[in-house]
Amino acid sequence: MPKLSTGAEIVFKCLEDQKVEYIFGYPGGAVLPIYDELKNHSTLKHILVRHEQGAGHAAEGYARSSGKPGVVLVTSGPGATNVVTALTDAYMDSIPLVCISGQVPTHLIGTDAFQECDTTGITRPCTKHNWLVKDIKDLSKIIHKAFEVATTGRPGPVLVDIPKDIQFQKTTYSKYNKKKKLNGKKPSSFEKADIDELIKLMSNSNKPIFYTGGGVINSGPKASDLLRELVYLTGFPITSTLQGLGSFPGDDAQFLGMLGMHGTYEANNAMHDCDLMINIGARFDDRITGKIDEFSPKSKKVHIDIDPSSINKNVKVDLPIVGDVQDVISSTIKKIKKTKPNFAKSNRQKISKWWEKIQKWRQKKSLNYINSTETIKPQYAVQRLYELTKNKDTYITTEVGQHQMWAAQHYKFDKPNRWMTSGGLGTMGYGLPAAVGVQVAHPNKLVIDIAGEASVLMTMQEMSTAVQYSLPIKIFILNNEYMGMVRQWQELLHDKNYSESYTAALPDFVKLAEAYGCVGIRATNPEELDDKIIEMVNTDRPVIFDCLVDKQENCFPMIPSGKPHNQMLLGPKDQKENKITGKGKTLV
Amino acid sequence: MAKSKSAYSVPGKKGKLDTHIIVVWVDNEAGVLARVVGLFSGRGYNIESLAVAEVDSKLGISRITIVTTGTPQVIEQIKLQLKKLVPVHKVANFKREDKKVIFKEMALFKFVGNNNRRQKALKACKKYDAVILDNTTKSCVIQITALRREIDKMSNSLKKFGLISISRTGAVAMTRGSEVFK
Repeated sequence: MPKLSTGAEIVFKCLEDQKVEYIFGYPGGAVLPIYDELKNHSTLKHILVRHEQGAGHAAEGYARSSGKPGVVLVTSGPGATNVVTALTDAYMDSIPLVCISGQVPTHLIGTDAFQECDTTGITRPCTKHNWLVKDIKDLSKIIHKAFEVATTGRPGPVLVDIPKDIQFQKTTYSKYNKKKKLNGKKPSSFEKADIDELIKLMSNSNKPIFYTGGGVINSGPKASDLLRELVYLTGFPITSTLQGLGSFPGDDAQFLGMLGMHGTYEANNAMHDCDLMINIGARFDDRITGKIDEFSPKSKKVHIDIDPSSINKNVKVDLPIVGDVQDVISSTIKKIKKTKPNFAKSNRQKISKWWEKIQKWRQKKSLNYINSTETIKPQYAVQRLYELTKNKDTYITTEVGQHQMWAAQHYKFDKPNRWMTSGGLGTMGYGLPAAVGVQVAHPNKLVIDIAGEASVLMTMQEMSTAVQYSLPIKIFILNNEYMGMVRQWQELLHDKNYSESYTAALPDFVKLAEAYGCVGIRATNPEELDDKIIEMVNTDRPVIFDCLVDKQENCFPMIPSGKPHNQMLLGPKDQKENKITGKGKTLV
Repeated sequence: MAKSKSAYSVPGKKGKLDTHIIVVWVDNEAGVLARVVGLFSGRGYNIESLAVAEVDSKLGISRITIVTTGTPQVIEQIKLQLKKLVPVHKVANFKREDKKVIFKEMALFKFVGNNNRRQKALKACKKYDAVILDNTTKSCVIQITALRREIDKMSNSLKKFGLISISRTGAVAMTRGSEVFK
């Protein structure tokens, strides 16, 4: 007779088969049989968080920095509802997560039992797919399928809800057979003709631009290498979305910086004036396009994406190419090398005028700010952090707000998977738990959460997790006592009515650090900043760094929503002449 | 534009709205209808009518027929988003004007009144394959199959003959000739 395993054992067997190393979770009544089984599986390490949202974001950080799916384990009811924010965040930013949730026993489902909620109902719109396991015989098949759905095509979160009685029931375990074909959904369906057409457009273009996004990162490190090859081969300028940073070196001459609402002047103007836009793994998000009717009006648009539904969703494109970024770029490079060996040379001449124009935009130096010797400017703090950590293969996470944009503007990434930020959902409180997950994946690397004081308080409890597992994460707080981005919009769009955006009572972050059992450091002026940053980097324990910055600083450049790309607000000098009025106010 | 301060961007020019019939083949499993319908409500698409039933009990396949309106771009999105759902096997979509496709809805009408009025009602229903399902001295139930707008029209015009209750299905569709949906 074949050996029978309990549902709880099957869960672990599946995770082992899937080569899972870490689970981020929190126990509770409905998952106790699974937690009971944990002791028998030494290859799996459980990271106990302090709140289920933290488990979700930590798993996201783990997934984004390692390229492997993140695994979350939570209990029924509040355990499941607490993880919803993280699932939605992962759904928006295409991060592979597998969430296993406990559920009340099958016979109690629908009776409003203690800690019961309709988990699959609640998470249906924020997962790629979810399952309620009603029969122990389906359990292993479902978990393996869950990993497959999470990691193939456009990655994303999935959830498996397992009632407590199923965790106790026994059946035989069926091993995982990796299938190549996925439910008839091939990841790459582009044809040779598409690549030929792309190359034709590229050779005919006088004003081309690459616009790349998170899809390049999700396609794997090889895709970033190929992207570099393609960009050097063509000599075209390249700009990146927030999520795409790191797929191309941030300090390269061909890189125009990030585009979009807080993107550089040169990137946004180049997007507006180009005659060929090659979108690789980005999704024409509203923070990127601005006013859609006036978005890059004169260009032919190519869109390379693994997800067919991303194409023509917001912006109509001329040449859609559905496929894995890595496959598409690789085919393109091969074809160019074969059919147009002189492409780079002949092309350089052709686009030289375009580069001249771009250089003129560059001279605006749109990321400049007025520095001070008295107070620490937040941009200066990020710049110094970058200079002092750039040779250490640093991993950066962020929270959401002004500090996030300053980090994106001033911290230059030259490798993929080094930059973890909540872009789609914009989840304040993402960065600290994400840093926990990144540090778990890369125990010997420097991991810094560039944070704001308001965001970081939303998930501050995870410092306790970092201390428990000796994860030396660095929380670099740009503390201006305001919800900075809210304050900025109120200043620019709501007549300086700073409604509820000031936090009148904040903890002493240095003492808070000590209370958690980690190290607190405070910098109050530009003079001491470098030394303090070096002190932080050299500390082998978790650090909360309270960087007191200018309270009034705004994040520029900025495209007020509802304006096209070529109508940006630059720094404080430019602002006076370019006031946002009437209609513009409604649009951000 | 209203002085709302919450809008993210100006709504662009609205395209022309077309009525489409979307046919979806799905695994007949728990929650599958909620996934399909939730996708429509979550993304702000329209559902004018809905018909769903299992069509292959061996393979456990259900066929969902949805009548919707939208710009060509929205219809394309509906199709692509539906295809991404795990239990969805295939999706077909047709314009309502498409001559190659048959669309039918069924309605049940209950009439209460004297024989004379009921006879008139039956006569009016004749051209829509009327079937009498129930007949008493005071009432009758008539089944008709027709297009949506024909049933709309009938439900108004039959009131004078004692129509007191209407029950109707969503549209179902099938191609003419030997072809099947791909």
